[in-house]
Amino acid sequence: MTSQQPQTAVGNNLNRLLPYGGQPLSFDQHLTLHGPPAYRGAAGRLIDDLRAAGLTGRGGAAFPAHVKLAAVAGAGGRPVVVANGAEGEPAAHKDKTLLYADPHLVLDGLQLAAEAVGARQAFVYVHRDARVLKRLHEAVEQRRAADADRVPVTVVEAPPRFIAGQESAVVHRIEGGPAVPRYSPVRVTECGIGGAPTLVQNVETLAHMALIGRYGASWFRTAGTFDEPGTMLATLHLPDTHAQVIETAPGAALHHLLDLGRRPAQAVLVGGYHGTWLPVERAAALPLSNAALRAEGASLGAGVLAALPVDRCGLRETARVLAYLAGESAGQCGPCLNGLPRIAHAFAVMAEPGAHRTERADVARWAGLVERRGACHHPDGSMRLVRSALTVFEEELWRHERGSCVGVGNRTRPFLPLPAGANPHDDEDWS
Amino acid sequence: MATSAVNNSNSTSVNDPTTGTRLLLDPTVCRGHGVCAELLAEHISLDEWGYPIIADRPVPPDLLRDARRAVTDCPALALRLEGR
Amino acid sequence: MSGITSSTALWYASRSTGVVSLVMLTGVVVLGVAVQRQGRLPGLPRFAVVGLHRSISLLSVVFLAIHIAAAIADSYVNIRIVDAVLPFLSSYEPLWLGLGTVGFDLIVALIVTSLLRARLGRRIWRWVHWLAYAAWPVAVAHSFGSSTDMQSGWLLGLGVVCVLAVLAAVGWRVAAGGREAPRPARVSEVFNQVRGARSDRAPQESAPYREHAYPEHAYPEHAYPEHAHRAAPSVSTGGR
Repeated sequence: MTSQQPQTAVGNNLNRLLPYGGQPLSFDQHLTLHGPPAYRGAAGRLIDDLRAAGLTGRGGAAFPAHVKLAAVAGAGGRPVVVANGAEGEPAAHKDKTLLYADPHLVLDGLQLAAEAVGARQAFVYVHRDARVLKRLHEAVEQRRAADADRVPVTVVEAPPRFIAGQESAVVHRIEGGPAVPRYSPVRVTECGIGGAPTLVQNVETLAHMALIGRYGASWFRTAGTFDEPGTMLATLHLPDTHAQVIETAPGAALHHLLDLGRRPAQAVLVGGYHGTWLPVERAAALPLSNAALRAEGASLGAGVLAALPVDRCGLRETARVLAYLAGESAGQCGPCLNGLPRIAHAFAVMAEPGAHRTERADVARWAGLVERRGACHHPDGSMRLVRSALTVFEEELWRHERGSCVGVGNRTRPFLPLPAGANPHDDEDWS
Repeated sequence: MATSAVNNSNSTSVNDPTTGTRLLLDPTVCRGHGVCAELLAEHISLDEWGYPIIADRPVPPDLLRDARRAVTDCPALALRLEGR
Repeated sequence: MSGITSSTALWYASRSTGVVSLVMLTGVVVLGVAVQRQGRLPGLPRFAVVGLHRSISLLSVVFLAIHIAAAIADSYVNIRIVDAVLPFLSSYEPLWLGLGTVGFDLIVALIVTSLLRARLGRRIWRWVHWLAYAAWPVAVAHSFGSSTDMQSGWLLGLGVVCVLAVLAAVGWRVAAGGREAPRPARVSEVFNQVRGARSDRAPQESAPYREHAYPEHAYPEHAYPEHAHRAAPSVSTGGR
């Protein structure tokens, strides 16, 4: 058995994070199912379990959790921990779904992480979504009343910005500023909120930590693959149906997950709006795993998978998304601020049927100028989307040159979701 | 004309394995004055919007003095020299 | 006039270096605005604007020093060394001289922080540097108030030219926005440039997508079929 083969049958039927039966859990139900937080009694012990479990971050970077916690624990001072639920990505719903379904699992994980690094203060950082906030505030209150939390938890609201969940933007916002990234030669794990070592961890990762704390590393490894153990949440966008959040595990066949047999698609977007387009034939042959995806130049990211229907224009969908991404630039760094709108506009020109002159060359030149020249990876991720779109939809591009388009009947029904409403206009929109 | 051949690395890593002094830019405060590119033309070029593209290698010793001047003269104080 | 006494020589030295200092400081303020606005001097590289701003400000300190030293040394008026740093304490023209002292103090602060700007950091340097907009009017008030020469004739004309120059420079500075353009507005500007007349940042949707498909749709029961096995073992397994 290679390390990529799943050790157990995986599919849409794992219920570790998302409760069985599809109903959100009350505090009592959570306690019945999992018990109180599995405190270890001393700092650092959980970190060994996380190393054995091989848990990686579920926020997009897939960074080993134990390394991050060890860095914060070892940095001295009074650490702070943050549960990052600001997914920002319009196509991702897993974090809000998790926070709605079982906020106590995330809050348990937050407490365990706080204990492991020796933190005295904890935050939950979420977008201003009324329903999630209500559930979260209720949960925090219930725990306070039941004395379940050892470290006080404060809920901080994030503006509905794409990059609001970026690590330094999270710190900036919690410190009282706008949710824009900051450039710093020092990592947030060493110097973050108020100068303290800060652990910013995705809410799904914390939920896994809570379960590892309760059930152990070996149990965690009974799902997923050897290199990518555990379950993961994914948001699926399939033709002719609502977006779904499912719990699955690395190793699952994309063909099965995306129901490609019954729902024909022309291409698959893997990883969200900073992700990669793959031709459907390639995607259908792949398992859901970073190891396999990296060979195709893709990665799981925040677990967004979108299967583009055959009657849509991939270029136009991408152009819409690019215009959105350009509008979501923090506007701090010259290359991003200048490059993304220009790239979005040129791409939009290419997305309309008709001859193009310099747009493709312009986009290639500008892409080289924006990558890795900002304080965050917004331009880098956006260029990944651009490059993969130009590769995968190359044929569509030629079709446009000759004046036709596969999506000609679908001008008003976009497939990829974007938030309704105006783009950010002033500083208030970032706080 | 600046191209991406000279790649910038906005590295936030303090533990840079290569020895030598690196010129680092804070892109959030840079306003594209372009003074640095004039003072340190062998190490910095400007993109088509006037923002600096800094070479992704340590500053050669013979350019250190000019690099220090670029750091001091940047109107936005966006540059930093790191390492010895 | 019968011969030039040493007092008269000192008097001339003080007056003339005072005028020169004022003209130089005017130049420094104008050049400072030019730097901020990324203005160019024809035929000169960008670093020349920065360089001139710095050089002239340093030179003006030299002239100021002579101006002050000569005034102190001049026995005709009673100006002590302490009056050069502490304002409004002199017996001679306490108000106008005091303003000069304030101006000098501010300029020293500006020069020292600017020489150390790379070490002090952006925030401190910027806050102190804004004082330049206070230092210059104080210097002008001192010049007109304490010098009867400047209240008429060609010196008055020179003074007026200096004031007009700084007013023009400040107008240029204010035209950019008192503070920097807010970040979101900068992105809109680029979009406008790129697209022409459009004022929005991105094309608005004809059928706007509903804000975030919410958990009820994303979290349907049928994602969890009845026969799904529960991966979480019963609680008795414990920690390890």
